[in-house]
Amino acid sequence: MENTIVRAENYNAYFGDNHVVKDVNISINKNEVIAVMGPSGCGKTTFLRGINRMHELIPNATAKGKILLEGENVYDMNAIYVRAKIGMVFQRPNPFPNLSIYDNVVAGYLLNGIKVSKADKDVIVERSLTSAALWKEVKDSLHKKGTFLSGGQQQRLCIARAIAMQPELILFDEPTSALDPISTSSVEALFHELKENYTLIIVTHNMQQAARVSDRTAFFYMGELVEFDDTKQMFTAPADQRTQNYITGRFS
Amino acid sequence: MEAKIGTRNIKSMIFKGIIVFFAFVITLPLIVVLLYIIKQGITQVNWTFLTHVPAPPGEKGGGIINALTGSFIMVLMASIVAVPVGILAGIYLSENPRTKLAYYSGLCVDILQGVPSIVVGIVVYFWVVKPIGGFSAIAGSIALAIMMLPIIIRSTEQTLKLLPDSLKEAALSLGIPYHRVILKVIIPCGFAGILSGITLSIARIIGETAPLLFTALGNNYFSLKITGQMESLPHVIFTYATSPYDDWHDLAWGASFILLLFVLTLNIVTKLLTRKWKIQL
Repeated sequence: MENTIVRAENYNAYFGDNHVVKDVNISINKNEVIAVMGPSGCGKTTFLRGINRMHELIPNATAKGKILLEGENVYDMNAIYVRAKIGMVFQRPNPFPNLSIYDNVVAGYLLNGIKVSKADKDVIVERSLTSAALWKEVKDSLHKKGTFLSGGQQQRLCIARAIAMQPELILFDEPTSALDPISTSSVEALFHELKENYTLIIVTHNMQQAARVSDRTAFFYMGELVEFDDTKQMFTAPADQRTQNYITGRFS
Repeated sequence: MEAKIGTRNIKSMIFKGIIVFFAFVITLPLIVVLLYIIKQGITQVNWTFLTHVPAPPGEKGGGIINALTGSFIMVLMASIVAVPVGILAGIYLSENPRTKLAYYSGLCVDILQGVPSIVVGIVVYFWVVKPIGGFSAIAGSIALAIMMLPIIIRSTEQTLKLLPDSLKEAALSLGIPYHRVILKVIIPCGFAGILSGITLSIARIIGETAPLLFTALGNNYFSLKITGQMESLPHVIFTYATSPYDDWHDLAWGASFILLLFVLTLNIVTKLLTRKWKIQL
């Protein structure tokens, strides 16, 4: 149990009367890459957004149950603190259009009014961009606006922005679904490196991606966590008929 | 078939001709008005005109310094109130579009925008001028601020609504509190649009005469006292133009020219600034 970073206990999420995540229990270890897959509307993104309390920002959205982050229930913590501790990368790259690449990376400090010396910022920017495999491409244009980058570069910039806050856990909400194949493979390659220092939870639509990048995979269907197992095991011999149906493409 | 295509092409060309003609025609009134006012007004504008108060009838010279400073002071005071209030209300409307409060307050903004300026003047007259017991620049500023508010509120709302939700989510997911998300991300990203709303609202009220007739009235002398009567550009045009003296008519043209110049500059500056500060999303 020492090794657990996130654990959901009887976690339920709702939009109004619509019960979208049903009684999920899951335990995720440090430095694992977890893929969360399932058909559209199965609650996988809602579950992900529950972990850093982004779910409740939507009008009418409510949640029940516990999500323990290193043993502490995030619903007993200040939401702002939880979100600062957990990194998140979204479906569409969303760098701040009013900030330079440099300022985008340190946006978590800058926009929070946390004072950081110029020297420290330089270190954070270089380290984060290097970890996000973007440093070489942008090191000569750090003071240009982030929106001049290509989609894949923007997404890696968003990853750098999340890394800069030194989270232990980073959530990815279909991070490559708006990217072209080349950008997708560059982001996927990054997951392997990030695993060294971070725990990654990746919601994905793409089964091949889940198979390629993750250690363990969770399969959601109709709001339930149907199966959670080693990725290899899941893709070769799934335990549940519904998982079997999904990965063989009998429904999508 | 051939022949039909021929007539169709002709019809298309006639239609195109018509729309081009009207697109050209609508530019004419503006050009004619501009040219006429420039022709009549530019000869009046000189150093004395800009630095002196009006001369008594019969005397040569005289200027509009009292109206220039008066308009400046009243627009400034109106802006100090209307800009922050308008931006904050606009933020609420764009952030909470589905609440009851947003519905009714949006409705009020629309109605306020449609209220004739003379009605605003009368209301301020009964609420401010009468109780205080005299015309004042403050009352004038209140009337102008009421005229400015709906423009600023709506333009702020429309600008912020165009920003994608993903921007706000990006900031919130970094653990940035709501007020900082609005102040540091949402407003800077919509800055160009908000600014153009402000300048357009100023351009709109600088020429308002009706609400000032009941409130600041006018003043033939130079005055910076905001609790007393104050002259303004549109009011000076009104009094000079309706006077029976020819040299006062000339001053009215001069003042019109200055007012027009100001509004034009404001519009052009707005366009340029919006282009320069427009943030590529």
